Amino acid sequence: MGMAAESQFHVLAVDDSLIDRKLIERLLKTSSYQVTTVDSGSKALEFLGLRENNDQSNPNTPSVSPNSNQEVDVNLVITDYCMPGMTGYDLLKKIKESSSLRNIPVVIMSSENVPSRISRCLEEGAEEFFLKPVRLSDLNRLRPHMMKTQKLKDQTQERDENLETPEIQQSQQSVVEQQQHHQQSLQQANNNKRKAMEEGLSLETDRTRPRYNGIATMV
Amino acid sequence: MLGLGGDRLWADMNRLLAFLFHQGVLDEQFLQLQQLQDHSSPNFVSDVLSIYFHESERLLSNLRSLLMDREFWDYKKMGIHLNQLMGSSSSIGAKRLRNVCLAFRASVDHNNRPGCLRALEMLEHEYCYLKNKLHEYIQIEQQRALAAGVRYPAQNN
Repeated sequence: MGMAAESQFHVLAVDDSLIDRKLIERLLKTSSYQVTTVDSGSKALEFLGLRENNDQSNPNTPSVSPNSNQEVDVNLVITDYCMPGMTGYDLLKKIKESSSLRNIPVVIMSSENVPSRISRCLEEGAEEFFLKPVRLSDLNRLRPHMMKTQKLKDQTQERDENLETPEIQQSQQSVVEQQQHHQQSLQQANNNKRKAMEEGLSLETDRTRPRYNGIATMV
Repeated sequence: MLGLGGDRLWADMNRLLAFLFHQGVLDEQFLQLQQLQDHSSPNFVSDVLSIYFHESERLLSNLRSLLMDREFWDYKKMGIHLNQLMGSSSSIGAKRLRNVCLAFRASVDHNNRPGCLRALEMLEHEYCYLKNKLHEYIQIEQQRALAAGVRYPAQNN
């Protein structure tokens, strides 16, 4: 298994039934996804890094990007509808209400074909509604949702990188030079200083400007 | 010789499954389970069935306790147990058992005491039958695995 060179999509599966967890795990692994299974909605939220009442559980996570919880990268949540405590619908709502998680596609599974239930879930933002037992062919419908989010993430990352690049590159370069070619850079720096001083002096040949002697350096 | 044994076992397995499909005991979901088993997960079917037996027996025992209570019948709890049993039965393709659960649930919904008692008996009987048949299946599967294991070294392909 796991022949793909690229990193796999990670799916979080939520179901209180052990048999169904085993099944969905096998189905997802067969479809080459990385899988984590949990047995309740609250455990799912915990895994996603969302405590019930707070938006961010970890104060150390940087708050800049939307997908700031770097430790756990979940590309899709698939959850059973009927669960004790928090239902799949409740979980869906909590995910869609969270600023950090709302872009994660959510799929609902149910053994009962209740049209009002299905439309309620879709209206709340679920991407798909699968009737149980879930088949391998059903899982083919998952990939487009995950790829869409991946594209969104890449675009956001690209945009952020373009904004930050100039400064980062500069500071990175000067740091690298100093670390790798310490002596060389010292000499270079000295040469540059001299050069700068010379140029500075030559530039400031205008008599109205104050002249600097060797004290001032332009680096 | 072993090759013939392997073929015979394969035929036995298919005959058993065909029979169970014909009786409505199992449906195509069971085939889905089979398809999910491969070299990376060679015991998938028997693993899932073990969990199913364990869970079902627990639920049946709970149902019996609830029905044996002389005074108060917790219909709500019965409904919950039945839904769980229905769900897992459906997940492994145990069609007939699931249908017996449905009938049981109807009695629960109507607070039909004698109906519930009859349904429980039917459910226990059906479960017994299903478990025996599935054990037969697992046995054939194990024998096939053994036959295949011994056969490979002797083969050229």
